[in-house]
Order: sequence, then C-alpha cells, then structure tokens
Amino acid sequence: MIEYKGLYIIYLISAIFFILAIKGLASPKTARRGNDFGIFGMALAVLATLLVLPTRNDLGILLAGGMAAALGTFMANKVKLTNLPQMIAFLNGVGGLSSVLIGMAQILRQMTYSLDAIIGVVIGCIAFSGSIVAFFKLQGVKINRFPLMNFLNAVLFLAVWVHFALYHKMQDAYLLLAATFLFGISITLPVGGADMPIVISVLNAFSGFAASGIGFSLSNVALIITGALVGASGTILAVVMTKAMNRSVIEVFFKAVKTSATNGAAGKVAHAGSVEDAAFLMQNANRVIIVPGYGMAAAGAQHALKSMASLLEDKYHVEVKFAIHPVAGRMPGHMNVLLAEAKVDYDKVFSLEEINPDFETADVAYVIGANDITNPLAKTDPSSPLYGMPILEVSKAKTVFFVKRSLGAGYSGVDNPLFFADNTLMLYGDAKTVTQEIISML
Amino acid sequence: MTILFLITIFILSCFIGYFVVQGVTPALHSPLMSVSNAISGIVIIGALMTAALAEGWNNEEILSLLAIFFASLNIFGGFVVSYRMLELFKKKDDK
Repeated sequence: MIEYKGLYIIYLISAIFFILAIKGLASPKTARRGNDFGIFGMALAVLATLLVLPTRNDLGILLAGGMAAALGTFMANKVKLTNLPQMIAFLNGVGGLSSVLIGMAQILRQMTYSLDAIIGVVIGCIAFSGSIVAFFKLQGVKINRFPLMNFLNAVLFLAVWVHFALYHKMQDAYLLLAATFLFGISITLPVGGADMPIVISVLNAFSGFAASGIGFSLSNVALIITGALVGASGTILAVVMTKAMNRSVIEVFFKAVKTSATNGAAGKVAHAGSVEDAAFLMQNANRVIIVPGYGMAAAGAQHALKSMASLLEDKYHVEVKFAIHPVAGRMPGHMNVLLAEAKVDYDKVFSLEEINPDFETADVAYVIGANDITNPLAKTDPSSPLYGMPILEVSKAKTVFFVKRSLGAGYSGVDNPLFFADNTLMLYGDAKTVTQEIISML
Repeated sequence: MTILFLITIFILSCFIGYFVVQGVTPALHSPLMSVSNAISGIVIIGALMTAALAEGWNNEEILSLLAIFFASLNIFGGFVVSYRMLELFKKKDDK
C-alpha cells in the first residue's frame, strides 16, 4: 500500500478540520465557519494527494472529478428545500456507491478478498441500495410491506454472511455484492413514511462506516477517522429520532406500524372554526405558539406563516413563537431549515423541551399540518401505539387551532382526541390557503 | 500499519464523533447531515490511490474513475447545499 509520511500528516490535519466543521454546527453563529473548515480540510487532502501520487491518467481524473463538481453544485443550488430529504438520501446513496467502487477496484487488483477489503463494500452497498428506495419513498412512491418480508430479509442476510465465510474468490465477490444490494432494498422497502427521518439517519451512518471500512483496507487514517465521525453522527441522529418517536430501530425495519387503535372518535363532534375566528383570537392574544408539521412543508406554507407571524407581532404586538418537534418533517431538522428559508428568526424557534412549559400561558396554539406529535394519548393511553412518545402539549393553550384537510388520523393511524376537545377549533383546508386567508383578515 | 492500530484510531474517532455531534444544536440537524455527506466524500483520496495503482486502462481504473466521480458529487453537493442552508440561518446583524 502507498504510504507517504508527508501525506499522513496532511490527512491528520484534514481530519482535525472535519471535526471542527461538525463542532461549528453547535450554534448557527459558528456554523458557516464550520462549513468553511470542512471545505478547507477537503481541499487540503485532495490537492496534497493529487500532488504526491504518481498518476498516469490525470485527464481522466480531472474530467471525472470536474464533471461531478459541476453536477453536484448545480443540484445543490437547484433543489427545493422542501425536497431536502431526497437530496440527502441521494448523497447517502452516492457516498455508499463510491465506497463500493473503491472496494471493488481493490478486490479486482488482489483477485481475492479479505474481511478488510469487503466490509466497506458490504456496508456501502446497503447504504446505496437502501438510499435508492428511501429516495423514491420520499418522492411519494408507496410500497407496502408484504408478509414474507422479514423472512426474505433473514435469508438474504444469511446468504451474505455464509457466502462471505465460505468463499474468497474474485468471482464470488459479485454474488456477494448482488445479495447485499438486494438486502439493502428489502430492508428499506417496508419502512413507513413517518419513519423516514430514522431511515435517512441510519443510511447516513452506513455511508460513513463504509468509508471507514475502505480506510481499513487502504490503511488510510483520514478515511477511518472521517468515516467514524459520519457514522457516529448518523447513529446519534437515529437514536434521537427513535426516542422522539418512541420506536426502536428494530421496530422501524422489521415491524409494521400498529394501526388497530381507534379511540372512540365515532360519535364525537369536532368544532369547526372559521378563519375570522382565528384572526380575531390571534390578534387579541398576548402569546401565540405556532406548531408546524410535515403538512406545512408539503403545502409550502412557511412563507405565509412568516407573514402571519410578522403581522401579529408588528401590528398587534403579539408574542409569537414556533415549536418544533424532533420528528416534524421528513428528516432531522427539516422544519428549522424551512422556517429559516422563510426568514423566521431562529431565536423564535424552540425545541420540544424548551417550549412545552410555555403552552400553559399561551392564548392560541396554531397547529398547522401536524397531528401525532400533539396527540395526548401518548401520555394517557398505555394501549396506544403512540404511548410514551414525547408530545408538544398544545392542549394546555387556551384555544387550539388545527389547520388540516380533514379529521383523518395521523401517520400512526391513531385518532387524535384533541380534535374533539372543547377548546379546539378545526380550520379545514390547505395549510397555505388557510394561513393566507387569516392574513387577509388581520 | 497493523490492524490493531487502525482499530484503535477507529474507536477513538467514534468517541470524538459522539461527543462532537452531541453538541450540535437540533436546529442544525439537517446541515449536520449534509456536512457529514460532504466530508464522507474523503473516500475520493482512496479512489485516487486505487487509480494510481491501476496498471493501464483496465476495469480497476474505470471503477476508480467512477468512484472519483461519485465522491466528488458528494463533496460538492454536500458542501454547497450546507452552505445554502446555513446562509438561511444568518441573522440580519450577523456579518
């Protein structure tokens, strides 16, 4: 293997810059500098490698790298922030794919494979094929779980490892690759849409650990350190998301969402409110808390929401805050980005722990495109699938407005008793249209 | 380098990653994902190495060039989309 002492030092410096890049994300104030650190570390590692390594095909390398640079920049600039989760799924997949290609190139040269050469390939391949499925699911393609799914998963999983234990010849690597590819698909296929934040985080971790695996086979510390950082990041995000949804990673991949519970919604009457009521109550309120969910993102209502908040603040001197549940949206932090896009000040956006004590003193909670994350059954009903999940306690506000298309259950399939509470008014309609109508009344 | 040495580095890096990521504010979890996508593009140096080791225009070389393409896509896509997101978190009084 190639070892250059000078390069080794450079790689170490790059790795330190990557650590600083993530550290910068501790606060929005230092985050942009963090991103710059990351770019610097990357440029340093790549340029040093290009200068030191004796390559014959410089033109091919520049062409491949350059075309991808242009394409990547173009895509990153063009993608709508509502579709951010798809972009991340795409990048996870591409990251896994590059690890697969490097690992296979190495195996080709050695004509046989060993644990360190294949581990990055296997993990990377799962990240790759899993991300393809995740991408299409995020695009709205629905695929249902079928009965033998777990059996198929188990068979493929065993096939991968038995095969690995028994064969180490070159031609067997392709079979192993095919089985791993299918495993990645079959394990992601049955996952429900609400679990997407967890899946994206897990695939993110896989794409990182794949890089570590390649680092082992190339004896390259830069790859090992960076891969471990990314792997740790994805793992932590997955844990944060599973806790916020009261699910485990095992449940996400191997169990169907329980949808049996219907909690006596029949016979109860929800009070329909009008946009006039909403406008009147909010402009006379002291405190309003806005709770956005995926429905807000899907309707693209963030700009309307910001206009409404600004109007309330400037014209009626209402204190407006935004409350974000950890799993609101389709990926970790998605709501925060969308609100930031609409120029909502991040000082007015609060996490679950920060905002929950405030609902008691709030006059109005404006829940827009969210459902399960406010469902009080999560606290009161041990038989509910939601039980144990931390919720935003909107019911403590004097009046709760739910902007929804219908009374339907949320992603969990559980009815929300809050719809039928005396202090709840339903505003039926599209999140954006309803908000715009309220603005016109203010 | 011995495998034990590499494993040591890997495990210590996981711990560093754990503590650094714990400190990331939840509001920036999306940029965290895109930044980590970008830096995992560091595999590009692995691809440059396998490209350098390839003898002539063979499958090994083609795989390496493809890997360079996809890793570069990750680097640029990841950093640019992070930049775009982080610009949104800028306050009016921030420079």
